Amino acid sequence: MELLSPEKIVEGFKMALGDGFVAAKIYQCEVAVKRNKFRSLWVEVKKSAFRDAVEHICRLQECPHLAIISSSDLGTEVELIYHFTIYYGHHLEELSLGLRVKLPKSDLKIPTITDLIPGAIFTERETQEMMGVEVVGIPDSRRLFLPEDFPEGVYPWRTDEKGLPGDMLRILPGRKQK
Amino acid sequence: MILEETKKATYTIPVGPIHPALKEPVRLALTVDGEEIVDADVFVGQVHRGIEWLGMNRNNAIQTIYLSERICGICNICHPFAFVMAVEHATGITPPPRAEYIRTIIAEMERIHSHLLWAGVAAHEIGFDTIFYLAWRVREEIMDLIEYVTGNRVTKAMFQIGGVRRDITEEQFPRIRQSLDYYKSLFDQLKKVFLDDKTIQMRTKNVGILKKEDALKLLTVGPSARASGVPKDIRQDQPYAAYADLDIKAMTPDMLTGTVVGDVYDRIIVRLLEVKQSIEIIEQCLEKMPPGPILAQPKIALLLKTLTKAEGEGVGRAEAPRGEVIHYVRLEAGRDTLATWKVRAPTYVNLMCVPTILKGMQIADVPIAFASLDPCLSCTNRIVVTDRANNTKAMLSYEELHRLSVEKTRELQQ
Repeated sequence: MELLSPEKIVEGFKMALGDGFVAAKIYQCEVAVKRNKFRSLWVEVKKSAFRDAVEHICRLQECPHLAIISSSDLGTEVELIYHFTIYYGHHLEELSLGLRVKLPKSDLKIPTITDLIPGAIFTERETQEMMGVEVVGIPDSRRLFLPEDFPEGVYPWRTDEKGLPGDMLRILPGRKQK
Repeated sequence: MILEETKKATYTIPVGPIHPALKEPVRLALTVDGEEIVDADVFVGQVHRGIEWLGMNRNNAIQTIYLSERICGICNICHPFAFVMAVEHATGITPPPRAEYIRTIIAEMERIHSHLLWAGVAAHEIGFDTIFYLAWRVREEIMDLIEYVTGNRVTKAMFQIGGVRRDITEEQFPRIRQSLDYYKSLFDQLKKVFLDDKTIQMRTKNVGILKKEDALKLLTVGPSARASGVPKDIRQDQPYAAYADLDIKAMTPDMLTGTVVGDVYDRIIVRLLEVKQSIEIIEQCLEKMPPGPILAQPKIALLLKTLTKAEGEGVGRAEAPRGEVIHYVRLEAGRDTLATWKVRAPTYVNLMCVPTILKGMQIADVPIAFASLDPCLSCTNRIVVTDRANNTKAMLSYEELHRLSVEKTRELQQ
């Protein structure tokens, strides 16, 4: 396996995805006394090119590590970031790769990647119950953290009307409601 | 005919969910055929406290450091560590080098205490309480040292965005070295007790095997992955803080034995080697620690103002005693709480390999195999045995499960 530089990886994404590629950002900073580099890479793709992008990452690194899917409610759309790490096991060479995809609130659906990375199942289940994003083709769609008696259609991470309603929140004595 | 059906019937045994010692109580549903486990399922979320929600709706970024410290009682260094790194990457604040060294020293102290704690729990799970007492007595030394350096045994409140809150001064070095020497002199004895003992070998060798391919596919991290031969360690791969100045190698069991099996025994080896490695890291840090300030911005009000104005996102990753901790933080200008905060603790991913590990094993091996991943099962307080064939339920206490495990050890000893 050849270890590519972040710039080359971005080029590779552009080639592989074509129109599906939206933007990329390379973050770099220096650490401690020896000033070794700490790098992370952020790639944004269109929803239609999402599966291709994950397949491309699997070509960069056999068994890429998917740490977590983070999701943000941006008002009209929901942003998912798949936090991958590639090139692990090599001193100073590992790269964090955040694969960003934005979904419009009218169509909150994303294909599953558990066929490529079986260990993605927990975080896909969590995203589904907490953000209300439907993961299409998920092999196990049960809830992960939320209890069984939690109401349907309420998603704690949302900031719109589908988020936690006021009567579900307990305001501690001496605190004001925001 | 009825007799035949009864023979084929499998039983489901839920284990848990109450584990006061764990940050995430876990319920296991084991499908058993006689004594053999044919399938297992994991249920989490019994104490989901909505900590991320608090960070996004109630607390400002500085208050969230202390909130993140309370995610876990054992890893209360690595969570704020990953969190402050994420905020620093989002805002561009660079901590001074001395602070990076102090962060590394206390993170390694945490690893020593966590691994020794685990060693005691693992010994208790197989009914070897003499070693449990020994390991926890030995652990007291590092807890005293942590208290000496930080002022507290748990929730040390050492971290601040852009540095640390307390310095480690020259006068403190002899006391720190004294503790490190104590552990160095003990290492051979610990190695003998844990690795050469016949009973421990019988209970841990070829038990709870996790193959390298499975560890990679199921995203296992930390000592559990390294014991399966995956040389993955953030301190080596993407070094942060003072680890970037040191040459750190991921510990795999073949360094001691020459082979990788991926069983519970290998997980003991990896943790033992890591205790030794942590001692070496602290020694090197004490030697190389540069002089200088410990905070990038000592004035809290100004720091808070910078954070409120900041816009950006960052990822902080730290190698906790159990594996990789990752925090994702997104800041929006004009908002004092975090816009997005996502925390991933190592147990989150490590639990996915539990079914793979438990398949084909005996019920008596469950405590040690599950505990070998380092979410401890020591406080499981009840078990329900469901008999599918005639639809009856029987309650088994935690003591019952523990007794089965102890009995197996006694049988093997005879």
